[in-house]
Amino acid sequence: MKVIVVGAGIVGTACAEALTREGIEVVVVDRLPVGAGTTSRGEGNILLSDKAPGAEMALAQLSRRTWLEVGDLVGRESIELEEKGGVVVATTHQGLGSLISFADRQRAAGVMALEVEDPLVLEPHLSPSLPGAMHYPEDMQVQPVLAASRMLVLAQQRGAQFRCGLEVAGALTDTNGAVSGIRTTSGEVIEADAVVNAAGTWGGVVGERLGGPIPVLPRRGFVLVTEPLPPMVRHKVYTADYVENVESSGEGLETSCVVEGTHGGTVLIGASRERVGFDTSLRVDVVETLARQAIAIFPFLADVNLLRVYRGFRPYCPDHLPVIGPDPRAPGVLHACGHEGAGIGLATGTGRLITDYLTGARKSEPGAEFAALLPDRFVGAESASESASESVAEQVPAL
Amino acid sequence: MSEFDTSFDFDGRRVPFRPGQTLGAALVAAGTTAWRTTRLEGRPRGLFCGIGVCFDCLLTVDGHANQRACLVVARDGMTALTQEGTGHDDT
Repeated sequence: MKVIVVGAGIVGTACAEALTREGIEVVVVDRLPVGAGTTSRGEGNILLSDKAPGAEMALAQLSRRTWLEVGDLVGRESIELEEKGGVVVATTHQGLGSLISFADRQRAAGVMALEVEDPLVLEPHLSPSLPGAMHYPEDMQVQPVLAASRMLVLAQQRGAQFRCGLEVAGALTDTNGAVSGIRTTSGEVIEADAVVNAAGTWGGVVGERLGGPIPVLPRRGFVLVTEPLPPMVRHKVYTADYVENVESSGEGLETSCVVEGTHGGTVLIGASRERVGFDTSLRVDVVETLARQAIAIFPFLADVNLLRVYRGFRPYCPDHLPVIGPDPRAPGVLHACGHEGAGIGLATGTGRLITDYLTGARKSEPGAEFAALLPDRFVGAESASESASESVAEQVPAL
Repeated sequence: MSEFDTSFDFDGRRVPFRPGQTLGAALVAAGTTAWRTTRLEGRPRGLFCGIGVCFDCLLTVDGHANQRACLVVARDGMTALTQEGTGHDDT
């Protein structure tokens, strides 16, 4: 079997790694080099703590196990994979109540969630006035660009090809109407038995060109980078309102506070969410808000310099779930995109699912817990997907 | 008699500068090319990009760590120090 993976970001490279592990021939194509899109604009979250029980949680748990396997294959240090754990802090007593009941539901799904008596024991530099926190030892961090590069190299060592500089123009179809490869914008033809759409935020456009439109839209976020510091923040630390912000669908600005230290010593501060298309302009007021929120939970940050601010575009689906699996409208096309802000964490499990769909393992045992992620949910909702892919297509040249 | 009448203090010695010169430019003109050590391996660093992008030329200025020597305009009587590691107490 030969498979084309469109996209050399974290999801595409994880698919290439998983597929070649099963001996499948893979060609990865991308307009740009490895990890050039949203992969290089995030914080490297591998989180269970922010997931509600359901399909996304099941995928997060599968991905966590698979990340540890990948870490052992390529060397955990080489991708800065750290089992550092997460600390979710409540900023109000009411917030603490909802955090505790959310954790109860997560525990029923098998997540380790520990109520913290004194948050300062876990994070000595937290503000002492916070009402409480929850500790999630299973949360992890990875350096996404290193991880994508290492997974691609591993796939190449197993025979995969990487064709950088190619953009998908459309699908080749056989006499039965099944997709049998791609045409590129430069006129090249590549034949394959299946095509995986792992184009991230550009997955809506690629899906449309392959005959399976899906409503993936950009949701902009800024990340602040501090000067390198001695270790001050030990875990992934974020406020409880982060989960509510992720699950909302507003077009306006939403911010919640996510703070973590990196291997290099810098502290990363997120997370803002705005639906403004592919607009790359800097909003100073968003930077100020994020900085103020971070200082409220880590007061020492008030005296720390910012080095820079970067921004990226999360691949957002209206129902906040990724699109993973075969497209019934375009036999031979599988989607693996729309992970919003969780793509790094969910990448490796997505690679497993795509491999299982292609090898039939998942078909003989349907995996009902992942059915909610199938593209079937957009079939028949043509008006919604048309308007969505249209608005993405208008802006495709921007990155 | 020096050709400059303005100077700042760098690690206890006087470095002259022309008005408008940055700390980095004055240090290089005075023959000093390294004023920071890297965090992990203690290697010497000085100007690299020279335009505020690379953050290689950091030093401590008047008690503030991690200032870019290529951007900080020298002022008479400033005190600059070689920066080791993060420039913060590693405790």
